[in-house]
Amino acid sequence: MNLDYTPDQKAFRDEVRAFLAENLPERLTDKGRAGRPLTKRDHEEWHAILNSRGWLAGHWPTEHGGQGWDAVQRHIFEMETTAAGAPRIVPFGVMMLGPVLLKFGSEAQKAHYLPRILDGTDWWCQGYSEPGAGSDLASLRCEAVRDGDHYVVNGQKTWTTLGQYADHIFCLVRTSKEGKPQEGISFLLIDMATPGIEVRPIRLIDGSVEVNEVWFSDVRVPVANLVGAENMGWTIAKYLLTHERTNIAGVGFASAGLAALKRMAKGQMDRGRPLTENPHFAARLARIEIDLMAMATTNLRVVSAAAAGQAPGPESSMLKVKGTILRQEINNLAKTAAGPWALPFQSEALEGANDAIGPEGTRRATATYFNNRKLSIYGGSNEVQRNIIAKAILEL
Amino acid sequence: MDFSLTDEQRMLQDGLRRLLTSGGTWDAVAEMGVIGMLLPEEKGGYGGAGSDLMVVFEEIGRAGSDLPLIDTGVLGAGLLAAAGQDVDDVLAGGARIALAHAEPGSRYDLAHVETRAEENVDGWRLTGRKSVVVDAPNATRLLVTARPEDHAPIALFEVDPKALDLRGYPLTGGGEAAEIALDATPATLLWADADAMLADTHARATLAISAEALGLMESIRALTVDYLRTRKQFGRPIGKFQVLQHRMADLLIEIEQARSAVVNLAGHIDTPDRDRHVAATKNLVGEVARLVVEDSIQMHGGIGVTEEYDLGRLAKRLSMVDHRFGDTLHHLERFIELSA
Ligand SMILES: Cc1cc2nc3c(=O)[nH]c(=O)nc-3n(C[C@H](O)[C@H](O)[C@H](O)COP(=O)(O)OP(=O)(O)OC[C@H]3O[C@@H](n4cnc5c(N)ncnc54)[C@H](O)[C@@H]3O)c2cc1C
Repeated sequence: MNLDYTPDQKAFRDEVRAFLAENLPERLTDKGRAGRPLTKRDHEEWHAILNSRGWLAGHWPTEHGGQGWDAVQRHIFEMETTAAGAPRIVPFGVMMLGPVLLKFGSEAQKAHYLPRILDGTDWWCQGYSEPGAGSDLASLRCEAVRDGDHYVVNGQKTWTTLGQYADHIFCLVRTSKEGKPQEGISFLLIDMATPGIEVRPIRLIDGSVEVNEVWFSDVRVPVANLVGAENMGWTIAKYLLTHERTNIAGVGFASAGLAALKRMAKGQMDRGRPLTENPHFAARLARIEIDLMAMATTNLRVVSAAAAGQAPGPESSMLKVKGTILRQEINNLAKTAAGPWALPFQSEALEGANDAIGPEGTRRATATYFNNRKLSIYGGSNEVQRNIIAKAILEL
Repeated sequence: MDFSLTDEQRMLQDGLRRLLTSGGTWDAVAEMGVIGMLLPEEKGGYGGAGSDLMVVFEEIGRAGSDLPLIDTGVLGAGLLAAAGQDVDDVLAGGARIALAHAEPGSRYDLAHVETRAEENVDGWRLTGRKSVVVDAPNATRLLVTARPEDHAPIALFEVDPKALDLRGYPLTGGGEAAEIALDATPATLLWADADAMLADTHARATLAISAEALGLMESIRALTVDYLRTRKQFGRPIGKFQVLQHRMADLLIEIEQARSAVVNLAGHIDTPDRDRHVAATKNLVGEVARLVVEDSIQMHGGIGVTEEYDLGRLAKRLSMVDHRFGDTLHHLERFIELSA
């Protein structure tokens, strides 16, 4: 047993660090640290910087503009970028659609879409969920009916993250009502400039706008935009769920969140001592750190198995449950640490330049706590993940 | 032993519930005599028992109301009455009172007052900063604490809110507060040695906010049970999934614990053992509040994190209870100290 990175992996880590030191704009890390939302331009700027080094989609094969990174390299890259406070890569194009096209797309689709994801021409969002189809995704109803060389799409998607920035949406649509519900679903690429699409924002509990409702009425989509075969959408969606989840534990986010929490808590005085010296607070902080140390290794165990060629299966469900619980625990303790400064409603919607109340580090604690309740809901809720563990690992 | 309410309390409960569900205003609530129910007769009111506070604030919580009844009714009127002031006008709803006590570094420590009071020929002047002063932007009267010198007792003053440098902002889950900068601000001395009356009113405010939390929990519980019954996934109501049933059952058990904790405090608010009960109740209510907030959102799925759906505001209000008058950690430590 050896818990160290190999010399090659260490060299790669140093290379990533050096790149970040040189190229990560301070303006963006400052924004992240203050918890201010990134604009579309901010995301595009960071994507372009990474892309200039060939690292925006490092896990893609080299012939498509990636580096062919294995799971350990991806992990190193993710850990280093989050530790440095870099914006996260917007996942929809790079992490989701890209791998789907690489596996199931036609040559024409690959040639057309992949470069446009990398150079930022297209901004994708994910249209799976519907009002009636959340955990039970296979019950989705948004319908695509064949009409000549087009599909005509009618229905509604919801919870579409960053749909307000997107110009393209990849959708699961119903193309057949025969057989099992899973067998009548197709994976369709839709240009959001097509007539008949309407996007409406949903404001979240913390005041932020990051999700949307998307309506389709008689939207005509070329048949050439179908990925894979008709009624093969469920297989594609499942492939994504099991193969593209190396960062699902969010170890990097948890580590960065814990470090920020410690910094903030040290500065809060509690009955004449720093809050970190309150034994009850210190105990909770320590418990989180102990859990995180173990989870980081659980994550690495899965990552290195994946690098050795084993597809991460239901293990990713374990990582999702544990990882989201830990991050939410960190968010909760940060809200606690903020003390009375948790009370002011400091929404990104209200945020002007100088009107933040309370010490830096406390200001976004409540908003982040509430916003991150989503972590255990989306991407397959933690209840659904536990069902998967019970069925697929425990065979119950 | 008798856990039932008096006839008057039941009438108050019914009346207030009806009033608040039809969007009861400050004036209407005052007109019902609710503020007077928060003070005992010897202080000018006509209630003031722990159970009176429990009844009133449970309804405030149930309705998710952000009327500043704790600030004007419990803290404001309570302190004025304790300082021998006439409170008739306050009980009639004629004033909104904010208490400017906490400071940027005080966290939940009631004794932490650095604001300085200086007396010169034309009276008292206060200098310092007051923080997260709830309802200050709407207050017609402002009570301020300060010390004449370092280790002197805390003194209670009144300041004209119109003469102030005040920075208002909204609170999470409703209501408003302000940061206040005092710079040789003229003030009237109400009481020179106010430590005991501050402890007393804060104990009562802790009971009030704990009862409010209980009301919020009850509303959230009703909303969540209703959602479990109506939301369908996989062809059945999600309330048929045993894991959600158990979770909801646990919430019920814990909410009953919170109710008992509030009853305990209501029953001990005027006894020598008061402070230990304050600590116990606020600690327990804070823990349960967290559970109720997080589990109710989780069981709702995506809709639980939206602003539009009722749960969001109720959950935010409930979550903020842990950030006033001491949080679970603060009261855990207090409980250990007081139990030693
Ligand atoms: C902030 C946010 C961003 C999102 N972004 C996107 C996006 O970009 N694209 C997209 O397509 N979707 C997105 N989603 C949708 C997300 O995937 C769904 O919210 C999720 O699948 C849950 O569905 P639901 O909200 O309908 O909850 P429901 O499925 O109604 O679940 C309600 C509750 O029931 C539980 N439950 C359901 N079924 C079972 C079961 N069988 N056993 C036990 N418990 C069960 C759930 O765990 C949950 O607690 C997003 C959601 C959020 C909140």
